[in-house]
Amino acid sequence: MGSGHHHQLYRPGDTPVHRLPPQCKLAAVAGFALVVVATPREWLWAFGLYALLLAAVAAAARVPPSFLLRRMMVEIPFVVFAVALPFIGFGERVSFLGMSFSVAGLWAAWNILAKATLGVIASVLLAATTEPRLMLLGAQRLRLPPLLVQIAMFMLRYMDVIVDEMRRMRVARESRGFAARNVRHIPVVARSAGALFIRSYERGERVHLAMLSRGYSGSMPVIQDLSASSRQWLVAGMLPGAALVVLLGSWGLA
Amino acid sequence: MTPSLEVRRLAYAYPDGTQALFGVDFAIGRGERVALLGPNGAGKTTLVMHLNGILTAGHGTVAVAGLPVEKGSLKEIRRRVGLVFQDPDDQLFMPTVREDVAFGPANLGIGGEELQHRVKDALERVGMLEAIDRPPHHLSFGQRRRVAVATVLAMEPEILVLDEPSSNLDPASRRELAEILRGLDVTVLMVTHDLPYALELCDRALILSGGVIAADGPTREVLADAELLAAHRLELPYGFALP
Repeated sequence: MGSGHHHQLYRPGDTPVHRLPPQCKLAAVAGFALVVVATPREWLWAFGLYALLLAAVAAAARVPPSFLLRRMMVEIPFVVFAVALPFIGFGERVSFLGMSFSVAGLWAAWNILAKATLGVIASVLLAATTEPRLMLLGAQRLRLPPLLVQIAMFMLRYMDVIVDEMRRMRVARESRGFAARNVRHIPVVARSAGALFIRSYERGERVHLAMLSRGYSGSMPVIQDLSASSRQWLVAGMLPGAALVVLLGSWGLA
Repeated sequence: MTPSLEVRRLAYAYPDGTQALFGVDFAIGRGERVALLGPNGAGKTTLVMHLNGILTAGHGTVAVAGLPVEKGSLKEIRRRVGLVFQDPDDQLFMPTVREDVAFGPANLGIGGEELQHRVKDALERVGMLEAIDRPPHHLSFGQRRRVAVATVLAMEPEILVLDEPSSNLDPASRRELAEILRGLDVTVLMVTHDLPYALELCDRALILSGGVIAADGPTREVLADAELLAAHRLELPYGFALP
């Protein structure tokens, strides 16, 4: 049914990480990702330290490793691609367990895996500690175009309504003996998709009327005060800050 | 005393030329609860859209508490006319009930403590205060309709306009909504073809048919006139007798 909880990424809690204003967390994750991407792939131990930093954040937010692991599934397509690289790479090759690997391919695979994994973990932690709607309000405070934020906001609100409508249409099709089994059935499904689009579009028009009726004039009113204190910015800055120290420190050593 | 709502010789044709209203005339006094009855396609929704200036009159005037509906007055008109749409999913578009009820007053420039107070007060009046931090799509249909009423109550309107308030409600939700509406201290215009509901809540009824007001009188008398009802495709449900 459409009443399911679709905020599967969010893990309610009341930790210092949960309490930070969303714009601080968004900026912190973006900063951290930049530092990680800027780190040369050969500095293996720097990546180890980054992982430790994230582990500290996860501990502070009381997000268990099992939760993180399950949400990291999104990374799988990249992993598949990365695993292929050592086999298809060119240049100097090494043998291991009777298989031949490209050295350049191995480094490229490591580079993708390490950086993507750190980025994904940071994002999953962000999503686990920030309600989706607050994330959008935070993005708005970071000067993301308000129109984009509003579109995302409506998607969040109407996802369930539209999925439910889709389900009803499928039930209606199947009640009349139709089940999509092979390619020849695609036109029928496509027409349903078209009908769903028109229904959603019309709903959009009605919602717009409802908004106008309550005084909407182009911009969303500020309902929730999300201002962040400099102390909160400082706390959020600890993650990218520490990562930057690691990066600069490694630079000094290298 | 200035009526809450005054509609004079209102006519409207859609851009494609279809004439929907042919000179509608009526006034609603302050504190009245009036039912606007009419079959499908009578122009009820078109009329409602004129009341807060979503559609602009082709001819004639609409005034809310003396203020004519026109381009320059739209903001104040929309504060004065609280429109509750038929599908609460159209009306409740914000992620949480709190933000949704706050949307209207916030657009009026109200903020801080006063805003929070208005939100809580409006939700209290419809008995939905405990749902304040829930997302609308996790509420039952009846609850959503009550929250939809709260979203316009928070704007402290002069007149509440409800489009088919009883549609899709189970009997208990229907009764609960009736109790809430009866307890509100505002002028109400209820658009419906649920005749028993109109009788239960409104002392006065109008019949809109073919784009004009075909009858205007005490609800009981209007509903007792079987010939009048039949002439406008209205009928009492099976087994229903006027008490």
